[in-house]
Amino acid sequence: MAMSMNLYSRGDKIFAVATSILIGMFTVATLYPFIYIAAVSFSGGFAAAAGKVVLTPVDSTLAAYKYVLSEPKFWMSYRNTFIYTIGGTIMSLLIIIPGAYALSRPQLIGRRFWNLFVAFTLWFNAGLIPFFLNMRDLNLLDSYIGIIIGFAVNAFNLILLRNFFEALPQSFEEAARMDGANDFQILWKVYLPLSKPAIATITLFCIVSRWNGFFWAMVLLQSEEKIPLQVFLRHTIAFLSDDQEFTATLSTQAYSVESVTGAIIVCSIIPVLIVYPFIQKYFEKGILLGGVKE
Amino acid sequence: MSSEKDKQHGHAAVRARPKRSLKDKLGWFSDHIRNEWQIYLMLLPTVVWMIVFLYKPMYGLQIAFKDYSIFRGVAASPWVGWEHFGTLFSNDQFLRAVSNTIKISALNLLFGFPAPIILALMFNEVLHAVYKRTAQTIVYLPHFISTVIIAGIVTTAFSPTAGVVNTVMGWFGLDSIYFLTRPEWFRPIFVGTGIWQEAGFGSIVFLAAIAGVNPSLYESAVVDGASRWQMMWKITIPSILPTIIIMLIIRIGSIMEVSFELIILLYQPATWSTADVVNTFVYRQGLQSGQYDMAAAAGLFNAAVAFVLVMTANTLSRRYSRTSLW
Repeated sequence: MAMSMNLYSRGDKIFAVATSILIGMFTVATLYPFIYIAAVSFSGGFAAAAGKVVLTPVDSTLAAYKYVLSEPKFWMSYRNTFIYTIGGTIMSLLIIIPGAYALSRPQLIGRRFWNLFVAFTLWFNAGLIPFFLNMRDLNLLDSYIGIIIGFAVNAFNLILLRNFFEALPQSFEEAARMDGANDFQILWKVYLPLSKPAIATITLFCIVSRWNGFFWAMVLLQSEEKIPLQVFLRHTIAFLSDDQEFTATLSTQAYSVESVTGAIIVCSIIPVLIVYPFIQKYFEKGILLGGVKE
Repeated sequence: MSSEKDKQHGHAAVRARPKRSLKDKLGWFSDHIRNEWQIYLMLLPTVVWMIVFLYKPMYGLQIAFKDYSIFRGVAASPWVGWEHFGTLFSNDQFLRAVSNTIKISALNLLFGFPAPIILALMFNEVLHAVYKRTAQTIVYLPHFISTVIIAGIVTTAFSPTAGVVNTVMGWFGLDSIYFLTRPEWFRPIFVGTGIWQEAGFGSIVFLAAIAGVNPSLYESAVVDGASRWQMMWKITIPSILPTIIIMLIIRIGSIMEVSFELIILLYQPATWSTADVVNTFVYRQGLQSGQYDMAAAAGLFNAAVAFVLVMTANTLSRRYSRTSLW
């Protein structure tokens, strides 16, 4: 007891309190922009446009949400985001899991070459233009399939999973082989159950990157009925204030460009907040798994 | 020591396989395929995908040296040698983009790199476990928020009439500023946004390194009557220095990769002078104006410089820490 009392001197306690306060300030600063944008989304149009909102909603109203939720394009883009997220994540897992298993096998001929083949894509990238022209040559412009397949494999995730597979104990696998299991059975019945944390990490990384993906969706998709939520949000932020039809209604409505933007942001963050606790369980281990490998 | 030797013997044994005739080799190979075809089948989708979506575009990069026409296609367009590179290096916009890329990266390095280290060191001093956990949960969050949302929040918050930044400045009698049209404000806003979004998540690596420090070092320091402040400087920081150096090397290796998606969302012609980087230049020239060949050349320049930097970084980190990054 006396020992633990001595662990922290008076100066140490001041230091601990000071760091706690600084951490608290940084945390509040991190959280504030979200609170601010939520407050804007619930504020009256005039107050939001005039910069009256600082911390809490001014002239509280749900008008911006009513506008957004009654906008068919919003729901269409929301549906598309679900299609790209679910389809893309399944596609990624279907390719990455067997690929990582194969790359982790010592008996694979040319294993060094194949690993280099994968890792090279991390070091060198052809760039935007050749990738775009290739997608066009493949007839994958403005297509759901193009978005789902074209971004399925990520060398980082593949290497992360391969490292995890390589570190698994061999004994289970040997026992399964004795029982006459083939590679597909070993992957399915031995590796996958043992790799739940790694698979979960990759799945969640895929889901988040799909949910948030915007650049290529903006470049590759032309039809309005195919764009995902992020591109719809981008259109709203960039063009809503130039939209004559929209601005004409503003004077009679309780929303503004700012509050509508805020409402779409809140609606698109909510699903991330829902999966976030699950992600958090895994990502701390996940990034360390993939980071440094001997 | 003895295990090292065993290993060497093991290798020698593998190498000293008796010489096989071609026929034996073919026999061994067909046996191998018969037994192990499944792993090759499993590898196939990954390899095909990478060839179609990553390696084929590398073949398409030759348009950087061609007069590319959509109708002729990549292979049939005539060669023009280094012409596009000549055009680029006499193009002020491109040169400005290269210089902006380096300047923005340098600012990111200067302010963005120390931020997660300082944060991790501070987290290490927080005693209250629940407080610490809650703070961590919150500061990791922005990493998972999309670029479009980040840009939407920044655009709203810095707006001249609606934004909270100008509202608060008004309280202190300051004139309102239309930040996003001011070239001198672009980089501070961009770098600040980056720190806000990534410092928390970036601290995970350093926290893990801190967790790996040998506890007996602290115990003996306590016996010697060292303060927490002294322990931080004399034990924690030196112990995590290898991690800091590796992360620094990675950072330097990715200097050419400024997060251009956020720039595309935040910049406008008025701020191009400080905001335009190579990738945004490529985007405008290629995808918006259709000058594919010249834009591909600019992209190739960027990728080649990035490749050299990454390779150098990897070699350095291997030499430094005996572990490579991949």
